[in-house]
Amino acid sequence: MSEKRIKILKDVCTGCTLCVKVCPFGAIAMKDKKALIDYDKCNLCGACVETCKFNAIELKTIQRSYDHSSYKDVWVFCEQKKGVIQSVAYELLGEGKKLASKLGCKVCGVLLGENVKEKVPELFARGADIVYLVDSPHLKYYQNEPYTKVFIELINEYKPAVLLSGATTIGRSLTARVAINVNTGLTADCTGLDIDEKEKLLLQTRPAFGGNIMATIITPNHRPQMSTVRHKVMQEAAIDESLKGKLVEKTYKDNILSSRTKLIDIVEEIEETINLAEADIIVSGGRGLGGPENFNIIRELALTLGGAVGASRSAVDAGWIPYSHQVGQTGKTVCPKIYIACGISGQIQHLIGMQSSKIIIAINKDPDAPIFKVATYGIIGDLFEFVPALTKKFKQVLSK
Amino acid sequence: MSNILFTEEQKMVQELTRKIAREKIAPVAAEYDEKEEFPWPIVKILAESDIFGVYIAEKYGGMGGGVFEMAIATEELSWGCGGISLAFAATGLGTFPIILFGNDEQKKKYLTRIAKGTVAAFCITEAEAGSDAGSIKTTAVKDGDHYILNGTKQWITNGGEADIYTVIAMTDKKKGARGATAFIVEKGTKGLDFGKKEKKLGIRGSATREVIFTDCRVPKENVISKEGMGFIVAMKTFDYSRPGVAAQALGIAQRALDESVKYAHERKQFGKSISSFQGIQFMLADMAIQVEAARAIVYRSAQIVDAGEKNIAKLSATAKTFASDVAMKVTIDAVQIFGGYGYMREYPVEKLMRDAKITQIYEGTNQIQRGVIAASLIKELKQK
Amino acid sequence: MNVIVCIKQVPNTTQVRINPETNTLIREGVESVINPFDMYAIEEGIRLKEKLGGKVTVLTMGPPQAEEALKEAISLGCDEAVLLTDRNFAGSDTWATSYVLSQAVKKIGDYHIILCGKQASDGDTAQVGPGISTHLNIPQVTYVKKIEEINDKKARVERMTEEGFEIIETPVPCLFTVVKEINEPRLPSLKGKMRAKKAEIRKMTAEDLNCDFDKIGLDGSPTRVVKIFTPPARKGGEILKGDIQEIVERLAKELKGEI
Repeated sequence: MSEKRIKILKDVCTGCTLCVKVCPFGAIAMKDKKALIDYDKCNLCGACVETCKFNAIELKTIQRSYDHSSYKDVWVFCEQKKGVIQSVAYELLGEGKKLASKLGCKVCGVLLGENVKEKVPELFARGADIVYLVDSPHLKYYQNEPYTKVFIELINEYKPAVLLSGATTIGRSLTARVAINVNTGLTADCTGLDIDEKEKLLLQTRPAFGGNIMATIITPNHRPQMSTVRHKVMQEAAIDESLKGKLVEKTYKDNILSSRTKLIDIVEEIEETINLAEADIIVSGGRGLGGPENFNIIRELALTLGGAVGASRSAVDAGWIPYSHQVGQTGKTVCPKIYIACGISGQIQHLIGMQSSKIIIAINKDPDAPIFKVATYGIIGDLFEFVPALTKKFKQVLSK
Repeated sequence: MSNILFTEEQKMVQELTRKIAREKIAPVAAEYDEKEEFPWPIVKILAESDIFGVYIAEKYGGMGGGVFEMAIATEELSWGCGGISLAFAATGLGTFPIILFGNDEQKKKYLTRIAKGTVAAFCITEAEAGSDAGSIKTTAVKDGDHYILNGTKQWITNGGEADIYTVIAMTDKKKGARGATAFIVEKGTKGLDFGKKEKKLGIRGSATREVIFTDCRVPKENVISKEGMGFIVAMKTFDYSRPGVAAQALGIAQRALDESVKYAHERKQFGKSISSFQGIQFMLADMAIQVEAARAIVYRSAQIVDAGEKNIAKLSATAKTFASDVAMKVTIDAVQIFGGYGYMREYPVEKLMRDAKITQIYEGTNQIQRGVIAASLIKELKQK
Repeated sequence: MNVIVCIKQVPNTTQVRINPETNTLIREGVESVINPFDMYAIEEGIRLKEKLGGKVTVLTMGPPQAEEALKEAISLGCDEAVLLTDRNFAGSDTWATSYVLSQAVKKIGDYHIILCGKQASDGDTAQVGPGISTHLNIPQVTYVKKIEEINDKKARVERMTEEGFEIIETPVPCLFTVVKEINEPRLPSLKGKMRAKKAEIRKMTAEDLNCDFDKIGLDGSPTRVVKIFTPPARKGGEILKGDIQEIVERLAKELKGEI
């Protein structure tokens, strides 16, 4: 019962109201100049405990002791599509290496697919000490059940301490099933990973409540500690051809590789040639474009820069461009190196989806547009002048 | 706006129409204004949300509300777009003759359809019969079980788009106003055609069109009330519909106020928000005062009509005149507050000003309304 | 076709403002709404019912106030609503939440399809949907953008991927998480709102659901929040001044290393 787990120490509370402001669930109010918890709303997240300067809030957690000594190593799910290792796997191998060295263990790649053995050296070159390879026609394309069951088998046999995956459509679907099956915790969409060296715990940091609050999450009592990690946040592991590792090949029987769902067909859409989530550069258009035909100038700049085309919700809702291009809360969350927002005012829903980009350039007529509050470089002016001028300039620069 | 005095049902009507106005109408208002198209996708949404039935009795599939509920809906929808809202409001105008004077069969046949979202229109105005409705030229000649209608109606809101038309035509010219009769004519009836589509200053998201009758045979069951009652049907209908026009004006005015406050707060000049300048503050305050006064009179007139008061001509004329004058004044002020931006199509307020103008003109010009009010005053004096 | 739709009540982010000094959310006056992604799940459920008959049951776990979200779902056309509410649920992470929801699904029984939004707009985890299907040991398809065919034995759906979509066949019962592309949610109707006002919302506690108390709430959750902090606000940078040529030159220089 939540009322038994958390309480305000009335004698200590000074009525400073800090906890009221910080509660993400709006569960604390002031009564008679003391904080009062609404236990129906409280989610026991502990944000208030952290904030209280007077130690006036007490949160009890039950400490259990588990023996995790048999679980070691950091695993990375090396997602492949059509036999091509996805770049997020290299990012995770790079990050995994750092975590492994703090934990004093190995970083291992897990590769599932058909005829993908030739890709194993690439994973060694990216720093994998061990690669677990399961090669089967049943694993050629991602399917929930065979992938999940293979992972369960591997985890139960080799017992990793940490399992990382990209926060891709595949990674998110797979890890959610695996975590329930092996009875462990999973933290989605992390943007920061670290090790608590004293407790040997993985510290998983992720944006919560639309990216305005960061939460650090641990999985104290269960193994492996599982996270999915956003694209483009971690540095890719460097290539070192001289590195060698150990290959562990596994084969499984049909009951492990079977699937109740059946993949009938894969349809690629031309508009999607550049995947928004993976793009290093995104040029986005919003309501300021005035009409669907004007997306051409956005496309041209994106093409020139080798980037992808994004859009604000209002442009998508107006039917100017398909939903797959939508950046923001109800669309995609992106963090490219360069994000160029053209004619986008910067509603909070849009900002949530792109504000972690490295460089943000905003072009807008309205000097008060909220987009300028997050822009690295702001241009107050007409996008119909600036976008073509930028396209022309970059064509020159890049042709040199 | 506070709705503390509303019933649960009225709150629901307000909540839902507000949601539709904000989420579905406002985002496309500029587009319909530009293209001058009839907003069928919005009509579909309103139909699916049961809005067309707000003022229709429950036994005909409606929600059982009255003029007040209709006014609440019209105000909210007009906040989204004063033109698009007419698909709903002018259907009401075309429906009131049936609600007020239709027989049970007519009600069953037509009101059930309208409650589900069938668009209706009211046809009275002609080239030479505007404010002077007595000089109607369209004729209806009895021929056995039918009447044969001939003539051209002008500036018919929802004309060409509506499926059900209530029409005032002369069955006996010699009797003048007492020789007029009201009919229900369905789209698809032979001899019912549509002429010129008008290009308008405002309310361009509504259809305004000629409706032409050429030897159009209408069964005698479609006479509303009885022969010779046409003028009374029309006048009574206007008494009921004027709070609706007033509500349309009110919605437009409220939007102008909302946009102005928002803009004045965001717009910075000389390093501060222009809402910190007293000149602007006073304008905003005056706008708010007028809008609130208009709301009071619109709601009150609608409630009195619903309460069954018989002599409502003066009150509904007062509501219509006041609210439409407020809408005009407030939208002009909104453009002023927006300054140069206000004059540009890219911003929403010049449209509000264009849309507001018609409310001072149609369903009786404000000059005619003042005439009605004055005549009532004199009459009241004599009765004392 | 009996459909169960799982929804979550979240703060309406279109109203959320940020306190510029503390860089925290201003919660005051922010209303709660149905998670926007769940609106597509509700709409799809109602469409399936309208096409194939059956009923739609909507389910949520949350505080007593979450009843409002269920009433809204009824005003849109859902037939029944169940609120899973119990202070013992407090602190549940995605593992525990999906366990509770799966227990409720078992209790309700008699279903063909479970629909969820692809993720919640406040948590963004996308884990609860797959978690429910795993607890129930039924197949799942995530990111469904179209249901091509469906009957009480099997379904054929389109699943959105980064590159396009996959066509997947699955036996029924199963669980789909749906994306925005699948439909355009309707607005409530007045009659629906009236029905919702009168509707009785069934409430169920951990005990009603035969929950294993070691699997719910803070204790049943493998993950634990150890720190919540506000990231430093992204500072607005520089407004580039000058004529168009100067600005373009400047940008080309600044971006040289990045492209």
